[in-house]
This record gives sequence, structure tokens and C-alpha cells, in this order.
Amino acid sequence: MNPEIKSYFPILNQEINGHPLVYLDSAATSQKPTPVIEALKEYYESDNSNVHRGVHTLGNRATEKYEGAREKVQQFINARSTQEIVFLRGTTTAINLVAQSYGRANVEEGDEIVITYMEHHSNIIPWQQLAKERGAVLKYIELEEDGTISLENVRAAITDRTKIVSMVYVSNVLGTMNPVKEVAKIAHEHGAVMMVDGAQAAPHLKIDVQDLDCDFFAFSGHKMVGPTGIGVLYGKKHLLEAMEPVEFGGEMIDFVGLYDSTWKELPWKFEGGTPIIAGAVGLAAAIDFLQEIGLDEIEKHEHHMAAIAMDKMSAIEGLEIYGPKDPAKRAGIVTFNLKEVHPHDVATVLDMSGIAVRAGHHCAQPLMKWLDVTATARASFYLYNDESDIDRLVEGLRSAKEYFSDVF
Amino acid sequence: MSFNNLDQLYRQVIMDHYKTPRNKGALEQDSVNIEMNNPTCGDRIQLTLQVEDGIVKDAKFDGEGCSISMASASMMTQAVKGKDVDTALKLSGIFSDMMLGKEYDDSVDLGDIEALQGVSKFPARIKCATLAWKAMEKGVHDEEKS
Repeated sequence: MNPEIKSYFPILNQEINGHPLVYLDSAATSQKPTPVIEALKEYYESDNSNVHRGVHTLGNRATEKYEGAREKVQQFINARSTQEIVFLRGTTTAINLVAQSYGRANVEEGDEIVITYMEHHSNIIPWQQLAKERGAVLKYIELEEDGTISLENVRAAITDRTKIVSMVYVSNVLGTMNPVKEVAKIAHEHGAVMMVDGAQAAPHLKIDVQDLDCDFFAFSGHKMVGPTGIGVLYGKKHLLEAMEPVEFGGEMIDFVGLYDSTWKELPWKFEGGTPIIAGAVGLAAAIDFLQEIGLDEIEKHEHHMAAIAMDKMSAIEGLEIYGPKDPAKRAGIVTFNLKEVHPHDVATVLDMSGIAVRAGHHCAQPLMKWLDVTATARASFYLYNDESDIDRLVEGLRSAKEYFSDVF
Repeated sequence: MSFNNLDQLYRQVIMDHYKTPRNKGALEQDSVNIEMNNPTCGDRIQLTLQVEDGIVKDAKFDGEGCSISMASASMMTQAVKGKDVDTALKLSGIFSDMMLGKEYDDSVDLGDIEALQGVSKFPARIKCATLAWKAMEKGVHDEEKS
């Protein structure tokens, strides 16, 4: 990876608690490069207007930018058409839309919804709620000991009663990359649809929704160097067409009568209210930035970072790393615990050294239970991290260990 | 590496409470039994109190969490044991002010609790310190209602 990439991220050029910042929390949210910040600034300074109103020039410019962003996303994930790209607030909103619209219309009493133990809360609770409402059964695919998913367990969980399978592509805790393409095939054999939570995948791997043959795919802009508040739901056209909107109001309507209304065509029927225009513009700039570097290059870099981090961190006595030991099986996420030091305390000590990591349950309480821990610390790497960041982390962890061993 | 700032947070008395917590466990006879989580980080406390005639006769806690949350729970049980309910709630108010970095009533003997003052400089950790106190407050209010 080009070492100059770091210089595109102004936020990284600062000191935290007297030390140069090392940002290792990109799985929570990524930092933003200058071209994305500039795109937002330019949009607000030159083009800001509401979209799809058509008459004045600014309105046209804003609409062109907004719909241009949709084309960019379509190409980015290789969807067949822009009609399959719905702009929403983020992955959470996208999964909720599918649960509330597709789910309510298609899941009956006694039907099954299948997820896994490694889901983020946003890919658990919408299904819990749907299952409760419909009297459906929520089933969990068991994990292997190293936190991976075997197709054998997938086959054991999915039956002809299964209507929806929803699975995370890359785990935000274990960094595991799941075989979603193969799972989609199994789901389809049983007549179920396959939803993929791509929040941790889209920033790091090349996504091809046609190749995965998933029915729905959700991701968030802010985890892939884009702004917060913009996300994408991809859905196969024939599925989205049959689905009812869940938000009603301006922007999504065709004709409004006193007692009845009709909806716009795809994808706008799902985009009630003034859309997330600046967010979409920022997301388009983020995609340009990532593609310029190359998603393959980014993925390679992350495997490399995970391999080095795991190697160096394992040398610290009493440090346990969760998830697959083989770096090829994981993205740039390393979740760990330091023996006898609570992860919050680890994170505070690291913060005092200018190093930002996440500590807690990472919005994945069922997985924490499976790991038999209440909390963990997590270092997540992205394209702007390099080996010197890992060295700082390892040094910080050694200091944390030392600091707390003095106490005990 | 020197960690002078950290020493403000992890005072010796705090680490002592973390290492050898006071009043750890569950009361066999309790009038208040309350569990509280910190949903953002997974800290959990189970607090049992025995309140009789408006006095907190006994208090014990159990749970999982970081040094700050567990030390604070230990200190809290120590502080409220034997006090009347009004005093316990007053202490909780003082503690809350202390955490928010406000001026607090120092006419009351705060004992070990005062060591937690440094937490106010670490905004991300304030919720760790207040968990046990919030549990106590809620428990006492629930008891009063019943």
C-alpha cells in the first residue's frame, strides 16, 4: 500500500494525549479522505438544492449528482440496474426495511428465519421482532470452534420452511469472511431469500452481487471512507418491485388522493422524504477514492495487516485473540483480551498513548456469549494503517500489561 | 512510558477495591434485588440490599466489568451500608456531581469514594463509575414504591 495514503486523511495528522494518533477503530467508522470532504463542501457550496423537482438549475445539478451517485453504487457492487439501488440511512435501516416489508409479506406462522451467532445486533433484532410478530421461528447457524461457518451447519439449519436467511459477510468481531455465495445457493434450493449484511465487507473487498447471487445486500457509507447517514440496500428488482414501502410521505409518491395514494417506481418508492443527497454525493466520492486504490489492493493490505498484527500480538504473554488463526480467513479485524486487564482498562491505557481501539461487546452480545466473554478489545485496520501502527499497538499493550501488573 | 494521567484514574485505593472487593456476593435476605447493565459496554451489576425501617442494613454486589465499575460498586456498598436511605441517595447525588466535574458537597465524609474523582477527566469511563450508584438509586426507589 502506498505510504502516502495516510496523508489524504487530515484527521490522522494530530496528537492525542501527547502522542501521534493511531486510529485502529475503522470497523466502527472509518476516517474520511480529503476528496470526500471536498466533495461534500463543493456540493453544499455550489449545487445544494432539493432533488427531483426539476425546474431550476440547482435542482437539476443536485438531481444529477444524486442519481449519478446511484449509478456509481450500481457499478461498485455490479447490480444489474440503478433500480436495484436504494439509498437509506445505513445498514441497520436497510435490514429493517427488508424485515418489515419483505418479511411481513412473506413470513407466516411456523416459517423459519435463519441467522448466525456472529451477527451484529442490527442483523438480529429486526428478525427477532419479525419472528415474534409472525409467530415464526428464528434459528441460529452454529459456529465452528474457530468462529467460522461450515456449509454442513448451514445445510443443517436451512429447511423448506426457511423463508429468509440473513448473514454477515465479514464479522465485525471475528473478522471472519463467511461463504455467503454458497449459503445463498443453499437458501435458494429451499426457496428462501438470502440477505447479506455487507457493512464490514463493502469497505474491504470487491463486491459483486450478481456473482454472490444474494437477494438483498446492505452496507453503510461511513465504514468505507464516506460520510455518516448514507447507506445502501441492494435488492433484486423483482423482489423490490413486489415490496411495499415502509416509510410514506413526500418524494416517494406518484399520485396522492384523499384516501388513497400510489407510489413512484423503483427505487424512489423506498426513499420517502428529502433524500440523503449530500450523503450520496460523499459516498460517490468515497467509491472513487477506494476504486482508485483498488479494492483488491485494499483486501490484500488488510490480510497483510491482520497477519502481522496477529503474529506480533500473539507474542505478548496472556493475550488471547478470538476468531480464526489463519489470517487468510479474516479481514483486518483483530479482537482480543489481555489476561487480567479488562478491555475498557486496556482501551483507556491505549488512549493515553494516542491509540484508538474499541472495547465492549461490539453490538454482538450473542457472539460474546458464544465466546464466553463479557467484553473484548478490538483493533481494526484499514487502508491508512501501516506496520508502524501495529508496532505502536503492541508497545501500548505491553505498557498496559505492565501498568496493571504493577497494580496487582 | 510514563502514565501520570493514568495514575489520576487508577488511584491505589481504586485498584485495592478492584483487587479485593468489599461486600461481593449476594445477600441471602434482601429487600432489594436489582440487576443493571451498561448496554454500551456490557458491564453488569447485581445489587442486593436489605432495607429496614429506612436504613440500608446490608448491601452486596456481584457482576462483571472493568476496574472502575467494580471498584465503584465495592465503594458504593461500603458507603451506603448502615446509612439511612436519604443519606444514601444524597451520597449518590454528590457522586453524580463529582463525576460531572461539578462542585460537590464536601461537608459529608466521602471516604474512599473521593478517589474516584479522577474519573471525571475520562468522559468515556464515567458510565462505568456510575453504574452501581444508578442501581442503588433505582433499587431504593423501587423499594419505596412497593
